[in-house]
Amino acid sequence: MRHHLTALGLAAATFALPVQAAEPGVTTFTLDNGMDAIVIEDHRAPVVVHMVWYNVGAADEPPGKSGIAHFLEHLMFKGTETMAPGEFSEVVAAQGGTDNAFTSYDYTGYFQRVAADRLGLMMQMEADRMRNLVLDNEDMLTERQVVLEERAQRTDSNPGSLFAEQRMALQYINHPYRIPIIGWRHEIEQLTLQDALDFYETFYAPNNATLIVAGDVDPEEVRNLAETHYGVLEPTPGLGARERPSEPPQIAPRRLAYEDGRVSNPYVIRSYLAPERDPGDQADAAALTILAEILGGSGATSLMGRILEQEEGIALYTSAFYSGTSYDDTTFGLVVVPTPDRTVEQAEADIDRMIDLLLTEGIDQAQLDRIKSQIRASEIYNLDSLQSRARQYGIAVTTGLTVEDVEAWPRQLAAVTQADILRVAREVFDMDRSVTGYLTKPTETVEATQ
Amino acid sequence: MIPSFRALALAVFLPVPAIAAVEIQEVTSPGGITAWLVEEPSIPFVAIELAFEGGANLDLPGKRGATHLMTSLLEEGAGDLDARGFAEATEMLAAGFSFDTTNDTVTVSAEFLTESRAQSVELLRDALTAPRFDDAAITRVRDQVLAVIAQHENDPSEIAQTTKAALAFPEHPYGSVLEGTRETVSSLTVDDLRTAHRNALTRDRVKVGVTGDITAAELGPLLDDLLGGLPESGGPSVDEADYALPGGVTVVDFPSPQSVVLFGHEGVAFDDPDYFPAFVLNHILGGSGFASRLMEEVRVKRGLTYGIGTGLSARDYSEQIVGQFSASNDKTSEAVELIRAEWRRLAEEGVTEAELEAAKTFLTGAYPLRFDGNARIAGILVGMQDLGLSIDYIATRNDRVAAVTQADVARVAARLLDPEALHFVVVGQPEGLETGAF
Repeated sequence: MRHHLTALGLAAATFALPVQAAEPGVTTFTLDNGMDAIVIEDHRAPVVVHMVWYNVGAADEPPGKSGIAHFLEHLMFKGTETMAPGEFSEVVAAQGGTDNAFTSYDYTGYFQRVAADRLGLMMQMEADRMRNLVLDNEDMLTERQVVLEERAQRTDSNPGSLFAEQRMALQYINHPYRIPIIGWRHEIEQLTLQDALDFYETFYAPNNATLIVAGDVDPEEVRNLAETHYGVLEPTPGLGARERPSEPPQIAPRRLAYEDGRVSNPYVIRSYLAPERDPGDQADAAALTILAEILGGSGATSLMGRILEQEEGIALYTSAFYSGTSYDDTTFGLVVVPTPDRTVEQAEADIDRMIDLLLTEGIDQAQLDRIKSQIRASEIYNLDSLQSRARQYGIAVTTGLTVEDVEAWPRQLAAVTQADILRVAREVFDMDRSVTGYLTKPTETVEATQ
Repeated sequence: MIPSFRALALAVFLPVPAIAAVEIQEVTSPGGITAWLVEEPSIPFVAIELAFEGGANLDLPGKRGATHLMTSLLEEGAGDLDARGFAEATEMLAAGFSFDTTNDTVTVSAEFLTESRAQSVELLRDALTAPRFDDAAITRVRDQVLAVIAQHENDPSEIAQTTKAALAFPEHPYGSVLEGTRETVSSLTVDDLRTAHRNALTRDRVKVGVTGDITAAELGPLLDDLLGGLPESGGPSVDEADYALPGGVTVVDFPSPQSVVLFGHEGVAFDDPDYFPAFVLNHILGGSGFASRLMEEVRVKRGLTYGIGTGLSARDYSEQIVGQFSASNDKTSEAVELIRAEWRRLAEEGVTEAELEAAKTFLTGAYPLRFDGNARIAGILVGMQDLGLSIDYIATRNDRVAAVTQADVARVAARLLDPEALHFVVVGQPEGLETGAF
């Protein structure tokens, strides 16, 4: 019955096992202007996915300009010195292709999915808008309205999203992960054309980008095309390392209670600041990845699922989440949606009880074996989706990892022991670095005022 | 726009790529079960897609939600294994099973490794043919379904769907939520679930699509192992759904900064000679991507919404053209007026030759790009059988799109699009919109 859980609005807080295979058919090169490239060969169908990933995201925005990274992503479809607004997507569609883009804390990415023999045209256009974007104020103002509607649809209309925004603002005391990717509404409303252009001119450059091409291609030919289209672009000089405000020591547990009349099933989320995957140093992140599976990876067999959902019947849904791909410190989280006869306070006590149980009773080796069996298999299943393989590499390299780290990751996961998991569990479950959030509905049955 | 680039773009404008080499075999098992197969030995796993026609439409009177709850329980204990045992066995084999219910079908998607194919098929067979429906599992999953029903009552998109369905199909299962109501779900018994299982999962209902590391010779016996234990036939018949929603507006008050809007009217069936012109027409009106007229008018020019789209909904017992968008409450009525105006303009004037060519180029070029990935292909194979298409359809499909003329689109637009018949269900607190006729 896992498919219903998305309906509870919690899917965004969960992650499938993030596993990458050490795959044959993956090659890399770097252009003279500093642009990196990764080519993933898959010759099953005459399709190619072409992506450019920039090492810049919402966490790199100037103070007071929240949302500019995402807003610029929208404006990138507006036109260049040689392309009219909207023409980029029209040309892609005229090739039977599809295109889109995405923004996260650590990266901004653009992609097209087209017939493999159209790769050169995609590169030509993507290289063009890397350096030659042209914006006018009227387009900017209309698109800012679109972004505000996007925020209204995805965040303001969704109590779970508003709750998540408030939790992140508490989880990070100083680091910009505290600010939502889409931006705070009052700051989006003030973003200007110049804000977008300043951000663009600094960060959209070949020496701040990675090209990823996946599909029915020959790596040598990809290299030739890349040199033709991207190799001629000027880098941004003096672009230093990514420097962001960092977290001070976190010395006190934080709590919040958000009430919203649109909530149907109250729940509690506890999150802890946690280390991310670092280049050449992924062992703790591997152990945390498996810890999340042990605690909340399955409603039937994980510790929380087995006890709270199955044996005691006191939770509608349980989960644990951890994503190691993050440029700076990430979070480890636990979720319990209690049955209607239980309170969120009781659900929080259940979370603490499950952590205590894990630390005192240890780990069931049979469960660990099953998780590792699934990890091994996911290396095979992952080969089926071009787009997700390309994304895995893109996310890794824009969060500070190398291709070697990606290829080492399955071995890291396979090497995790019971002792490793318990060690990282003791370290990560530190209340001083935690946020506990309750999402509930108002007690009176009055109309919500949100 | 600098003309030189335009010329360059045209110079590299290549003909539509050849159709992907998807070779479909029809496999009939020794026991008489038919499947469509695409062999793809390069990755050592198989994807199987099963679609049992009937789905939640088969719910008996007063038992709404029975098929859905039954389907949700298939993986919650089967054969000798209870829910936890079944999950542990699945994990150990690293197989992936998912079970879903729509109004028209019960669908099963399975992936398993070549190395554990036999054991995986055995597990899936037990889930399909010998589900246990243990009391503890029923209680637990029922509570989850009740939570989903509660969630839907507070979700403006779900409220819009439910409201529109109830208005359009008051006499048909399409008019009610397939999860059921609190009352019906709470009253379902284990006998109801067994009846739903007996009715919904029969051999004459199932379409099978298989893609991956398996040969036709291996697949035949596997089909008998997997499905041979199901009854040959059964279940009630389902009536055609009469569309009962006239043009107008229905506002459902909901406290939110935006209104969620669903709109539409009756459509065109897949086997109607006008289907392909309608398909092209819909792409120009509100199809995927940024290029549609509605995206241009409502989002790109005016910034009234993050996204708007339309689609042809060809279900087993009804055809509609439907669309959806969200907009801030103070912008919703402007968007509604724009949609009606575009509807009218298209019905009266048809499309331009340039629009038609752009749409056909996209639709024919995008088609071969669908066939990447075992699970995707298995799904397509089932979809084709569900529509009653011939096994060589893929090779002919683009010709049908390419054959659509400007006159075809104009004729079908005049037949299909009726701004007076459009009904808008608006969930929110829209300014200047009230329930009633236009």
